[in-house]
Parts: sequence; C-alpha cells; structure tokens
Amino acid sequence: MSIDTKTAGRVAKLARIKVEEADLPALAQEFTNILGFIEQLNEVDVEGVEPMTSVTPQRLYCRNDAVTDGDQQAAVLANAPDAREGFFAVPMVVE
Amino acid sequence: MSDLMKLTLAGARDALRAGETTAVELTEASLAAVAASKPLNAFVHDTSEIARSQAKAADARIQAGDAPDMCGLPIGMKDLFCTKGVATQAASAILDGFKPKYESTVSQKLFDAGAVMVGKLNMDEFAMGSSNETSVYGNAVNPWKVDERDLTPGGSSGGSAAAVAAETCLAATGTDTGGSIRQPAAFTGITGIKPTYGRCSRWGIVAFASSLDQAGPITKDVRDAAIMLEAMCGFDAKDSTSMNLPVPNFEAALTGDIRGKTIGIPKEYRVEGMPDALETLWSEGRQMLRDAGAIVKDISLPHTKYALPAYYVIAPAEASSNLARYDGVRFGHRAKLEAGDGITEMYEKTRAEGFGAEVQRRVMVGTYVLSAGFYDAYYNRARRVRALIKKDFDDVFATGVDAILTPSTPSAAFGLGEMADADPVQMYLFDVFTVTVNLAGLPGISVPAGLDSKGLPLGLQLIGRPWKEGDLLNTAFALENALGFNAKPNQWWR
Repeated sequence: MSIDTKTAGRVAKLARIKVEEADLPALAQEFTNILGFIEQLNEVDVEGVEPMTSVTPQRLYCRNDAVTDGDQQAAVLANAPDAREGFFAVPMVVE
Repeated sequence: MSDLMKLTLAGARDALRAGETTAVELTEASLAAVAASKPLNAFVHDTSEIARSQAKAADARIQAGDAPDMCGLPIGMKDLFCTKGVATQAASAILDGFKPKYESTVSQKLFDAGAVMVGKLNMDEFAMGSSNETSVYGNAVNPWKVDERDLTPGGSSGGSAAAVAAETCLAATGTDTGGSIRQPAAFTGITGIKPTYGRCSRWGIVAFASSLDQAGPITKDVRDAAIMLEAMCGFDAKDSTSMNLPVPNFEAALTGDIRGKTIGIPKEYRVEGMPDALETLWSEGRQMLRDAGAIVKDISLPHTKYALPAYYVIAPAEASSNLARYDGVRFGHRAKLEAGDGITEMYEKTRAEGFGAEVQRRVMVGTYVLSAGFYDAYYNRARRVRALIKKDFDDVFATGVDAILTPSTPSAAFGLGEMADADPVQMYLFDVFTVTVNLAGLPGISVPAGLDSKGLPLGLQLIGRPWKEGDLLNTAFALENALGFNAKPNQWWR
C-alpha cells in the first residue's frame, strides 16, 4: 500500500509530532516502505487464531483496593518544565 | 590497578571475600578505566560520587560477613533505568534534565545486593535501534577495531556492551525488546541473557514496548550472567506482568553436565548471505553440544519469517502508546512557544524537538497501525501471527527439546555510519534471530563463539524453555567451555 502525503500528515497530527510540509513526501515514502515490509503478514493464515493478549499464561491479578502511596506532590512536580502553586502549568486551554 | 578490571564478577567476589582486594579498590580501578574510555562514549552520566559511597558501604558489609554475591562489584547502568536523583534520559533529548525521584526495581535490587554503580550507559534513543546510532549522546563505539573504521557496538544496549567488553566495569545492566542485550553482546564478544518475560520487574524502566521489554545482564561470561541475573530477578507487586515465582540459584545450576539434553537446530535460521565463519561456528557449536552428550536434532519453526514484520507492528504500536506521556507537561523538555501557541502546538513542537528521527518514525508507524480502519488489518493481524510464532516454540518444546541453538546475529559488527543511507527496514534485519524470542516471551542467551574472517566476534544464541533460565545457563556454560573463546580487543582507546 502506498501512503500519500495527506495520510502522512494526518498520522503526524494524530501522533502530535510537528512535521514541516516540505518533509511530508519523504515521510510518506518511509511509511510506504515500512508498511510494504509489514504486509508480508497477509501471507499468513490466521483463521481461528486469537490475537495474543499475554505472552505468559498469567492473568493480570488484582491487588487490594487500598491507598498505598501518597503525599508526593513535591516529588511529582519536581521534574515539571513549569509547575506553579502545586500544579502543572500549561498554555491556556479554556477561554 | 587495571588488572582488577580483568576479573569476572565471580573472580572479584571471591577476591573480596578472601580479603585480597576491597570494594573501594575495585571501584577506583573501574572509575579510572571509565575515565580512560572516553573515545568509546559508553558512559554518559557520571555517578562516581555514588559509586564511592556504595563501595565504602560494601566494604563494611563484607567485613561484617553480610555480603551477597554482587556486593562491592562495580557495574554500569543502562540509561533506561530510572535512578533516583541521577539523570535518566533514555538517550533522548525529550528527557533532558529528568532526574527521577524514585529508583527502578531492578537497580534497587542490585543496590540492595551491594552492587556499585560507576556510571550510566549510552544506548539507542528509547532503546529503538540496533547500532547505538540514535542516541542523543552520540554513537557509542565498539572496543573491537580491525581497521581505521569505528564499529558499532550494536544496540540498543550498545554502551553496556562496549563498557563491559572494554573492561571498564565488571558487568552492566541491559534491556532487550527485540535483541537489545543479545545482539550487542554478540558484536562485542561477551555474554548477554534476556530472561523469560516476567522474570525481571519492568517498574522504573523507561517503557518502549511493554509486552516485549525485559531487563537482563551483560557480562564477561556465563557464570557472571547467572550471578547478576539472579540479583535482578524476582516478583514485584509494582509490575502487574511480573511473575510470582521463586528465583532459583542460577549459579548452582552450572554443572556443565548436559548429557541427555535435547538441542534443536531450526532450519529457518539459515539465511542468505550469512558469512561462512558464522555457518562454521554454528555447525561447530552443534558438534560441541553433541560431544558433551546432548542429543542434537533438526527442528522447524515455520513462522520465523514473519517475526520481524509482526515485531515492527507490535513494538511501534506499544511505543506510540507508551511515548504519549512525553508531552512537555510533567517532565523533560518543553518547546519554547510563540505568542498564540496553544496546548496542541506545545505538544507538537515539544515532540518534534525532543524525539529523534527513528523514534518519531516508530511512534508514527505505531499511530498508523492503531488508527481507526487499520487496527484489525495490522495490529490484530500481527498479534495473531505472534500467537502462531509462540505456538511454533510450544510445539517444539512439546517434542522434548530443551534448548534451541542459533546464531545471535546474521553478521559481525558493521561500521558506524555505514547504514546511514540504508532503508530503515535494512537495519531492522539485524534482529532477525533475536526478535522471535521476545515475541514468544522466552529466555535467550548469546555467548561469544569465535571471530570472523576480519577478526570480529560472532555469537551463538541459545533459546530456552520459559522459566528454565537455570537449565539454559547450564547449556550455555557447557557450550562456553567447549568453545573456549577468550579473545579480547586491543585497548586502542587508552
């Protein structure tokens, strides 16, 4: 399958990665190559095969529904590029 | 002093217990070797202060007679492990300045066992790469050199492999999503094991593809791999995929007796263009195991060919989800915004500036295969093929096979920059023998086998049954004894 520049642009947008207009054709070509490689999977007969959800036979277990940690506000905010008054600060999202 | 760095973990442990050296001496020797290894660019964050204080504490424990195996032994830590108060960047610009407020479970276990961290190690960005060329810190360089070219140490744990092969530290942590422990170990003439999925806690390891990622040690030999793996393993309530099983004494499993074991040789692992030297080593390996009393038989893993394409759907899909957290809000880099930029521009600019080309490519491929309309055609199909790949192994083990012998990589190390103009898919082919093991969640180990026609190391891989790392290590130990590989690189960087 060939990926066009419009699709490449849409994927970049979905991934929230800014790609300059001029770089889209090259990106589309890379996607086309990689997806061409992936398309070998169409040769495999997967009829009746369940998609794998866990490689080990273990089911995810539940822990007790209890508070096990807390009071970590300073540690949580310590690495933020912009933290103010106990919050993460971001550009205005609501007018 | 530099002779101390020639020791194995086991040798250094025994010397410490016999009072022939101290953790402080070992650590100083390691730090000196690290400082002299700048041209290899293996170490990227200095932790010498921590190392010195850990060494003192280790000597006190040894004196008190309370010394686990790893106590006082200098190791390197891959930059993917969160280390409290120490820069942890996964070799990415997007984590510039990130200093975790917590310690990963695996590094904590090593520290509890008394290990000394002499530095953080270079790697491919977010562990995405097979040559250590996608790192924000620049390339790590292979200590092996046969001409004027600098060679890749492999990837993604390229810094770990370079550091251990160069004898700057006694061992190092690595992680393996598609071969990132075994391939660099093979490229640098040393040993690396990826345990069964669920053996090591993933908590505090920067996530790439969660259903495939496992930590493991990169060491000088099989005994060291057994010692260090044991210290890294174990159940952790903080990782819901960690298996609640007792951790055996892996070193005690190393008897070298493999009489009656069945070793499978998969016909699908013979690929076109494989160098003669590799073919020869593989067949010598078969003979050696037979001579040691094992039964060697041909087997078939029919879906092998589809492992790489399945991997390059599943791993990018999981990566696109895992890496969504790098948005410039909670940690790391945030792009400088222009007047009028809103939160979407902040995300898009931050991620464009912070992620390198290969990471961007994989995040976008992952986004595509998970997007509406393609989820079934790509992602679900790849997960079905993954189930078939695992079934191939299950079927073979059901016939009584104990371990599978394959080459670790299709060739020896290549020159840094030589793949720069190649299609990304060409680079992916270096994982052809290792990636099946991650998809099936199995343990796999690479041991150095010999040198190619140019004098570069090649590795053989053994793949074991799930949770049978002790048995796998023992088979590897028998193979190592028979191979007798002891070549070392010339220390040209000093």
